[in-house]
Amino acid sequence: MNKYKKPLPTPDLETRHYWEGCRRHELLIQRCPDCRTYRFPPLPMCPCCNSMNKEWVKVSGRGKVYSWFVVHHATHPDFAADVPYAVVLVELEEQADLRLPSNLVDCRIEDIRAGMPVEVVFEDVTPEISLPKFRPLR
Amino acid sequence: MDSLKDKTAIVGLGWTAFSRNSGVSVLSLAVEACKKAIDDAGLSVKEIDGVVTHNMGDSVMPQEVATCLGLPNLGYHLEYWGGGPAGCQVVINAAMTVATGMARHVVCFRALNGRSGRRLGGTGERPPTTGEAQFLIPYGWTSFVHAFAHLARRHMIEYGTTTRQMGLVAVAERRHASMNPRAMMRTPITLDDYFASRMVVEPFRLLDICLETDGGCAVVVTSAERARHLRHRPVYIMSAAIGSGPDPTPYGLHTFGWLRGSHTTLYGKYISPQLYGMAGITPEDIDVVELYDEMTIAVLVQLEDFGFCQKGEGGPFVEEGRIEIGRELPVNTHGGFISEGYLHGLNHIAEAVSQLRGDAGQRQVENAEIALCTSLGMQAGSALILRR
Repeated sequence: MNKYKKPLPTPDLETRHYWEGCRRHELLIQRCPDCRTYRFPPLPMCPCCNSMNKEWVKVSGRGKVYSWFVVHHATHPDFAADVPYAVVLVELEEQADLRLPSNLVDCRIEDIRAGMPVEVVFEDVTPEISLPKFRPLR
Repeated sequence: MDSLKDKTAIVGLGWTAFSRNSGVSVLSLAVEACKKAIDDAGLSVKEIDGVVTHNMGDSVMPQEVATCLGLPNLGYHLEYWGGGPAGCQVVINAAMTVATGMARHVVCFRALNGRSGRRLGGTGERPPTTGEAQFLIPYGWTSFVHAFAHLARRHMIEYGTTTRQMGLVAVAERRHASMNPRAMMRTPITLDDYFASRMVVEPFRLLDICLETDGGCAVVVTSAERARHLRHRPVYIMSAAIGSGPDPTPYGLHTFGWLRGSHTTLYGKYISPQLYGMAGITPEDIDVVELYDEMTIAVLVQLEDFGFCQKGEGGPFVEEGRIEIGRELPVNTHGGFISEGYLHGLNHIAEAVSQLRGDAGQRQVENAEIALCTSLGMQAGSALILRR
């Protein structure tokens, strides 16, 4: 069995709905039901209206590459064999400042561009954890 | 309400050697730097009644330092957890303590074995994937350098900033370090050397990134009145500010604000009104600037946010040697974190005081009267304006 050796997220009371959604291959983003503002990472209070109500909304999974960096020298031992690798920030189409860190799949590093349209795909890394990643939208 | 303006002064400076392997304990570095700063002030250790510091799990407590120094009666003490934004913040804390009569003479220190001990960049560590790190580390976003790479990328996208302009910061700082006997890296470099240095985290090359340093640095703060009777010409704390704007992002992996806020406008924009307002000056009045520079890009952004140029013009501003000693606005006259050493901000303050005293030797900025020092940790930060 090919065991996944990279660090896994540690879901907690604020974030478990997010990861449960990922396991079902649904990208659930927290939204304030009162002022309808999305927020990420999950927070106990809406920074816009201070409501403590929350809902989890399945979003389209489409967005654009906002920014990226390319690691050529990894300080974390578990990524040493992966260099060079890119980490992107994807801005989701639902809201201008709603950004998810992730990796791109099916995309060469030299082809990454700001504003590039992408869509979510889920990588089932363990039975409990699926990591949302993004691929170029064709 | 009384202002902090000119109520306090920095009167003593102390440094250990800066190295990659000190061979001594962090406590040893801390007390050596503190004792040197106290001696430099012309004070007796017995007169020190306050000790403040900051750490990121890599330092020693003020109580340990007080015990080791043999302070007869430790009063105010503070250990602030934090890195980047904390350098000016702890000195501001000391100044408020003195100005309110909570203590008379406060020593502020930062000490760490940042290369031979726990490495500041986290090299070799597997940090926990809890909190916001659960959204970062699984993707290989594992270091504060990575967060700053986004800042650089966005600055390039939004304003056309180039790696050449970032390289010019490294070149200027190294030129300054070549005149600084304390600096870890003293061999001058050219832009060709910059471009030949290896890519670490694109868009950053090795020469864009701060050093990892073993060392200690300390400064002594007292009242303006007492300062006039001590050994050196006093350097007054003219104004101070701490803040972040709407998305307070404190350290490396703590990205709450970073994910949603602006990447290219930092704390400086938000604290500048208070900072310049308290001092009663404008950026044009400043003679020397020590900007927190864990990455070259941070210098460009702070030049903009502290009002030395328009937003987005930090890149063009550093061209043609404008930030070198002898030119328009000398920046990081000791070589900064990129060439002097990474003492996490206190070394910037100590350098500014040296410049204002007029004892910066070969790298002395002529007629330096007013200096700005800054401390930055992602979106949060602090700053001081000092005058002689």
